[in-house]
Amino acid sequence: MSSRSAILDQIRRQLGRGPLPPEAVAALDARRPAHTRIAVGDDLVPRFIARFESRSGSVARVAGLDEVPAAVAAYQARHGLPPRAAVARPLAGLPWPDGFSHHPGPAGQSEILSVTPCLAGIAEVGSVVLPSGPDSPTSLNFVPDHHLVVLHSGQIVRHFEDVWPRVRALPGGMPRALNIVAGPSRTGDVELTLQLGAHGPRSVHVILVEAPM
Amino acid sequence: MPPRVGLFATCLMNLFRPNVGFAAVKLLETAGCTVEVPLDQTCCGQPAYNSGDFEATRALAKQLIEAFEGFDYVVGPSGSCMATIRKDYPRLFADDPAWRARAEALAAKSFELISFLTDVRGVSSVDASYAGTVSYLDSCSGLRELGIKAQPRLLLGSVDGLALAEMADTEVCCGFGGSFCVKYPEISGRLADDKLARLTETGAGTLLGGDLGCLLHLAGRMKRCGSPVKVFHTAEVLAGLAEGSGIGGAVEGGGQ
Amino acid sequence: MKVSSPQFKAKVVTALADPHLRDALGQSRKGFVNGRGALVADLPEFEQLRDQARDVKNHVLANLDHYLERFEAKVTAAGGQVHWAADAEDARQIILGICRRVGAKTITKGKSMVSEEVGLNEALEAEGYQVIETDLGEYIIQLADEPPSHIIAPAIHKTRAQVAELFEAAHGGPRKTTVGELVTEARLVLRDKYFRADVGITGGNYLVAETGSSVIVTNEGNGDLTQTLARVHIVTSGIERIVPSLEDVSLFQRLLARSGTGQETETYTTFSTGPRRPGDPDGPEEYHVVLVDNGRSKMLGGKFQDMLRCIRCGACMNHCPVYGAVGGHAYGWVYPGPMGSVLTPLFVGLDSTYDLPNACTLNGRCQTVCPVRIPLPELLRELRHAQRQAGLRPAAETRALKAWRFVAERPRLYRAANRLAARALKALDSGSGRLTSLPFGQAWSGLRDLPAPEGRTFLELWQARKRP
Repeated sequence: MSSRSAILDQIRRQLGRGPLPPEAVAALDARRPAHTRIAVGDDLVPRFIARFESRSGSVARVAGLDEVPAAVAAYQARHGLPPRAAVARPLAGLPWPDGFSHHPGPAGQSEILSVTPCLAGIAEVGSVVLPSGPDSPTSLNFVPDHHLVVLHSGQIVRHFEDVWPRVRALPGGMPRALNIVAGPSRTGDVELTLQLGAHGPRSVHVILVEAPM
Repeated sequence: MPPRVGLFATCLMNLFRPNVGFAAVKLLETAGCTVEVPLDQTCCGQPAYNSGDFEATRALAKQLIEAFEGFDYVVGPSGSCMATIRKDYPRLFADDPAWRARAEALAAKSFELISFLTDVRGVSSVDASYAGTVSYLDSCSGLRELGIKAQPRLLLGSVDGLALAEMADTEVCCGFGGSFCVKYPEISGRLADDKLARLTETGAGTLLGGDLGCLLHLAGRMKRCGSPVKVFHTAEVLAGLAEGSGIGGAVEGGGQ
Repeated sequence: MKVSSPQFKAKVVTALADPHLRDALGQSRKGFVNGRGALVADLPEFEQLRDQARDVKNHVLANLDHYLERFEAKVTAAGGQVHWAADAEDARQIILGICRRVGAKTITKGKSMVSEEVGLNEALEAEGYQVIETDLGEYIIQLADEPPSHIIAPAIHKTRAQVAELFEAAHGGPRKTTVGELVTEARLVLRDKYFRADVGITGGNYLVAETGSSVIVTNEGNGDLTQTLARVHIVTSGIERIVPSLEDVSLFQRLLARSGTGQETETYTTFSTGPRRPGDPDGPEEYHVVLVDNGRSKMLGGKFQDMLRCIRCGACMNHCPVYGAVGGHAYGWVYPGPMGSVLTPLFVGLDSTYDLPNACTLNGRCQTVCPVRIPLPELLRELRHAQRQAGLRPAAETRALKAWRFVAERPRLYRAANRLAARALKALDSGSGRLTSLPFGQAWSGLRDLPAPEGRTFLELWQARKRP
């Protein structure tokens, strides 16, 4: 007997029943629970910013998408970084300045900075949601030291649960990888001392675009 | 008609500290109860229960239920014993509907002494005095299974001359744990020392608590280490019967 | 992994004498316990969330066969493959088979307690694979050749100086002094490994039946680099880690980090659904999930089913006074603390784990912090009962209980015995009010005096008072 049927048989034996009848299976598959959500006020943008910053993330606000290249340049200047980056394809058409070199990824071992869009921001705990896809390599979210995320204020939702309908509505449904990121990488594994930049980005910077998408 | 209370004389109280029993009687009578002490009572069975002997526990539980089910209330000066009656007895008879019903009926009217005084009898102050700074030890069964935390502090607050100094880590076990304290003496000793370090930080000259197991363990450790801190059961102070050098006697050259 | 639980008492003595361990455990208690306490005090919904989490887990367990089959169908539809491992040997063979087939040389690993449970590293290394743990804590204990001592902070027993020594030996000098330098050094060393890895193995915090996703929750991002950059991603997870839907993940996310590390959230929550898709510029070419039973299914429907709700947050051990005094290694297997004291006997057998259910004061704090309301003290007591049924309790205890029961079932005899004991103990008291040594009670009197009885029992005095 295969391990598969051995395990399933044992489960049913222990539960004192056979396989579930089709009606029961249909009911289980239709289940869509409404669990308690924690209280989040109406000011989603300030809450997102406060929570994201409380986890050592940083936020810059710009009026429109066209201002993103300047915000990236300002970030690079502030950190003394060279004018190059991995820029996800959907942002490649922005008015990047001359002398700024960029490629759409994936990120190589020496990648220093990436700029990516995102699917949503979650106000509840201050995190951004990053789906993978042909135009959004997952490595951009983890390999570079600096990860810059372009987030429209209208993309900020209240709770985790508000993200799921958007994910289900993506072409192809659930993406291969869905990363929910709350600030830079960190560890407390040595003497429980918080240290940023364990393996993933040392810095995660959200460029918050006020104008609608 | 005053309520008829059957006093559960816990094993440790009966053997080591009868004064706690008389303090309980005094407090209950002052709170308007008639107190009786049935002689056909022995142990609640907790030592057997915690050693995995459920059959012996059931036998002792039945004996206790029969001895006490005629009273309006069962009250004992121990959070741990009373939690056994309130929480564990009904569970022990899960497969025995007749006894389960009797166990549940008894559980519903069984109370730890101090919480009975405040929560059932509405007592909010006592007529007693005790000079000095005390710290209160939360015993785990009482604290977590019966929710005893505010009640002793409320009543101690009404004792003349008494100042309460809270320890840090009041939620942390003192390391008694019934037979644990003799099965794993090294761990038990470490936990006792941690607890006593928190006690020392308060500067209190007296330690009070609601469970004699924890108190005998900590008093024993303190006396061994030469600590002059006195130890009493909370009921002894509330009843004005905390006289002498307390549980474990006085340390020579120490005391206040 | 070898079971060394029979040496519990000896390990306790060593652990209690280790000042480094005492410091390390003291610090962790402060961090985790205070962190959780502050967050929970700030969240009025917390108790309700715990109820719901318990209910969802119970629902999953009652329908586990269906949710596993649904998960499998969804993984398969996404191009991944599900493997079923009845026991540890099964799990090792499945993973070795994949590694052989893809011609792997280097294997990176994110933290997975299930892989510790099935002894995966030893099996992979025995076949010549280079296995690199990438979670910083796991990396440290891999260098030290030690098992984890905590399920979410595996190297919590190591001080900074000890880590610096290990790093110097492994990476060459000069010796680092700050935590920042140590973390940076590990980052640089491990970077290379991620990019060179053929196979990346991670655990799974949740398996989502609705979507066929495995989910990992981490702070470091090592699990993500492990699974994104390797050619093949293998997930190892217990069969009980299924949740029905994405909405259920949201619920557990509100509890997991708050309960375990005392954070509002962990940094990374990552859903993996199948291998690289057409047009994807990165991601693994193969995606495998190994569903490990290894003793779990036989816990269903019985007294220990509640333990299958565990989400491995670590709150119980963070709040356990015994764990806080002796650390994780004393427990002698993969899972320490209260949850480990329940799981280890059930997974590896009652006979080699006698101390685990007994080395507990039943103070109950673990139960009050458990996010899925597992009645841990009750389960530990049930294990003591199971030990008794199996004849594994010490004969001296059994004899003593039998004699004690005989007396306690006879109130008149019981009163007489107590009167006798009160007098006998009183007679040993030379006037100080306490006894410093006991004829048969070294376990008590080795470190404590015994407050002496006053000579007469309460019942005796009460009867005397009542008599006119």
